[in-house]
Amino acid sequence: MLEIIDLHASVDDKPILKGLNLQIRPGEVHAIMGPNGSGKSTLSHVLAGRPGYDVRGSVRFNGQDLLNLTPEERAWAGLFLAFQYPVEIPGVSNTNFMRSALNQVRSHRGLPALEAGDFLKIMREKAALVQLDPSFLSRPVNLGFSGGEKKRNEIFQMAMLDPQLAILDETDSGLDIDALRIVAEGVRKLRREDNSFLIITHYQRLLDHLRPDIVHVLMDGKIVRTGNDTLALELEEKGYDWLKAELA
Amino acid sequence: MRGDLTNPVPDVNEHSEEELLLNQWAEQDYAFGFVSDIEQDIVPKGLNEDVIRWISARKEEPSWLLDWRLKAYRHWLSMPTPEWAHLEIPAIDFQDISYYAAPKAAAKLNSLDELDPEIKSTYDKLGIPLEEQLILAGVAVDAVLDSVSVVTTYKEKLAEKGIIFCSFSEAVREHPDLVRKHLGKVVPYTDNYYAALNSAVFSDGSFVYIPKGVRCPMELSTYFRINAAGTGQFERTLIVADDDAYVSYLEGCTAPKRDENQLHAAVVELVAMNRSEIRYATVQNWYPGDAQGIGGIYNFVTKRGLCQGLASKISWTQVETGSAITWKYPSVVLLGDRSTGEFYSVALAARAQQADTGTKMIHIGKNTTSRIVSKGISAGRGQNAYRGLVKVRKTATNARNYSQCDSLLMGDRCGAHTYPYFEINCPDAQVEHEATTSKIEEDLLYYCQQRGLPTEEAIALIVNGYAKEVLDKLPMEFAVEARKLLAISLEGSVG
Ligand SMILES: Nc1ncnc2c1ncn2[C@@H]1O[C@H](COP(=O)(O)OP(=O)(O)O)[C@@H](O)[C@H]1O
Ligand SMILES: [Mg+2]
Repeated sequence: MLEIIDLHASVDDKPILKGLNLQIRPGEVHAIMGPNGSGKSTLSHVLAGRPGYDVRGSVRFNGQDLLNLTPEERAWAGLFLAFQYPVEIPGVSNTNFMRSALNQVRSHRGLPALEAGDFLKIMREKAALVQLDPSFLSRPVNLGFSGGEKKRNEIFQMAMLDPQLAILDETDSGLDIDALRIVAEGVRKLRREDNSFLIITHYQRLLDHLRPDIVHVLMDGKIVRTGNDTLALELEEKGYDWLKAELA
Repeated sequence: MRGDLTNPVPDVNEHSEEELLLNQWAEQDYAFGFVSDIEQDIVPKGLNEDVIRWISARKEEPSWLLDWRLKAYRHWLSMPTPEWAHLEIPAIDFQDISYYAAPKAAAKLNSLDELDPEIKSTYDKLGIPLEEQLILAGVAVDAVLDSVSVVTTYKEKLAEKGIIFCSFSEAVREHPDLVRKHLGKVVPYTDNYYAALNSAVFSDGSFVYIPKGVRCPMELSTYFRINAAGTGQFERTLIVADDDAYVSYLEGCTAPKRDENQLHAAVVELVAMNRSEIRYATVQNWYPGDAQGIGGIYNFVTKRGLCQGLASKISWTQVETGSAITWKYPSVVLLGDRSTGEFYSVALAARAQQADTGTKMIHIGKNTTSRIVSKGISAGRGQNAYRGLVKVRKTATNARNYSQCDSLLMGDRCGAHTYPYFEINCPDAQVEHEATTSKIEEDLLYYCQQRGLPTEEAIALIVNGYAKEVLDKLPMEFAVEARKLLAISLEGSVG
């Protein structure tokens, strides 16, 4: 599904990603862990197509050259990013935002636009999935939402747009224990054989719920170790220093 | 508006794709630029007392009205052209304009079926609901084509409640006392240059009277269109709400695409008596000219409401997307104690458009309140100025005003200017002013795009969100139209 080969990215001549390789197959859940500032968010933005990076290397997404696509084309192709810092859109309700987005995505996947009634039905269903109070649907996107509410709204949007590959950038940070469980449950219910997840996190708690197939450690712009979920447990227990020492 | 605080976005290249799209938006095509082939009855170009007598005679006006026109004309001759607005106005040759144009068959219409099919199709193209079934949707329409009112729908139903809604000419014939009592009382012909010109040559417009205690059961609406070449449009609208009356009135405007500039100098007067309320909304989409600034309407309009009665209320809402030059300050004179004035505005200046708009709130009565919300949008080479005056007279104890002026800049060749003036002569006045200038943050666009919205649709959504507080003040059908107007470009501009 996703194949990243020797990916480099820099901002203002400052290298951030330094030759990153990663492969994700349909149905897999991958976790990326790593110290602050190691380049996790940069990786997610480079994949989603945010402007401002100098990018080298190759990324193929379902056979397409991902790096040549605009951000919206990547979304149409089925890539979704749950932002670490979701953006507020004053004056635009969640409902309106999702209707425009979903109709765009659907039309590029060869599906007809939804009737208002069908749309509202799907929206209520997906809101229930992440236990997002319906009052949030008529509020402007993310405006005045608490940190946890914003994260939950990201997962709601993900559920609406039904992506092939969802990247969750520290979605668990700032969530209380109940919210974390709800979000994790939501993600679990969305798992299928043909879609994949890339979960960026610092905490074992989320991984306990999601049971990733593969865990990677990102340090200084590279994947330095790949293993199964015992790697995550080890990191939780010992931190990153032993790994740094081992690598040095 | 930024969400991502730890990852500062680097500067964009000088001509990013967004900017190119913004410019395309700024130069998008005008959808109402067609010309209708209608037989016209036009007075030859030029302006003098004979032309004014001709217009007045043509409309079979009483002599007091002719006298008033001539006084206005003589006064106008003595006035210098205004120069203080933040506009570059090419000299206008007032002798090169025809001051009266009427569709030939317009004289007497008994039903919609008698309307010239070409006129009807003009309005159909504009999407104006002249048809009965649409009228049933609850909008009564008075359509002004060039200088005369073509048809006023739904008149009888309104008449049952004693509401008068007709063309200004008809009001002069049928209700001369009402017209005489109020004409020029809120905007005297001495008020300003274009008000004087309008008073001399005004041709038609709408007249509304809501009797005591009556809530007008439907939105009243006038649609103005300039069709004939080389003409100006000088309409005059007068709305009077008697004690405890309520009316909501809508005005929409378009004009064909022409290389020449056309002049539109209207006067609107509102009078609100005790405890009455008038809401006046405008969606103005006159032809703005092309990207080089060739052609387009000069829109110089004087709109003023008088809150004459106790606890009366006047509310202006405007969405200004058209015209080459707009010069317009809908104002409220708060004479009655406890009266309220409101001004909600969205003004868009794209291509080479210049907009200078704002409001004046004149507090005279006690415990008067005013509220101003202005949202400017500048794109392309557009120049947008907000100019507002809040004046609190000595008599106006306990006056309150809240003003908020926001500017949104799209690209770096456009401009936004804010000129708020305050003249406070009563020490206990509470006046609050807030102003912001913003750009569409790249991270906001990126977030929308990540969800699958193409750039133009994302911009339309963001701009509509920015203008929401004002758009929400419009009646539903007009809000939808206004949203589309703001976004219209975004459809043809995908490259
Ligand atoms: N737009 C940017 N401009 C300058 N430096 C940046 C930018 N984005 C990220 N960085 C830097 O790159 C490094 C990696 O950042 P990030 O990808 O956000 O790390 P992580 O998500 O792993 O904590 C950090 O040192 C950060 O300061
Ligand atoms: Mg991060």
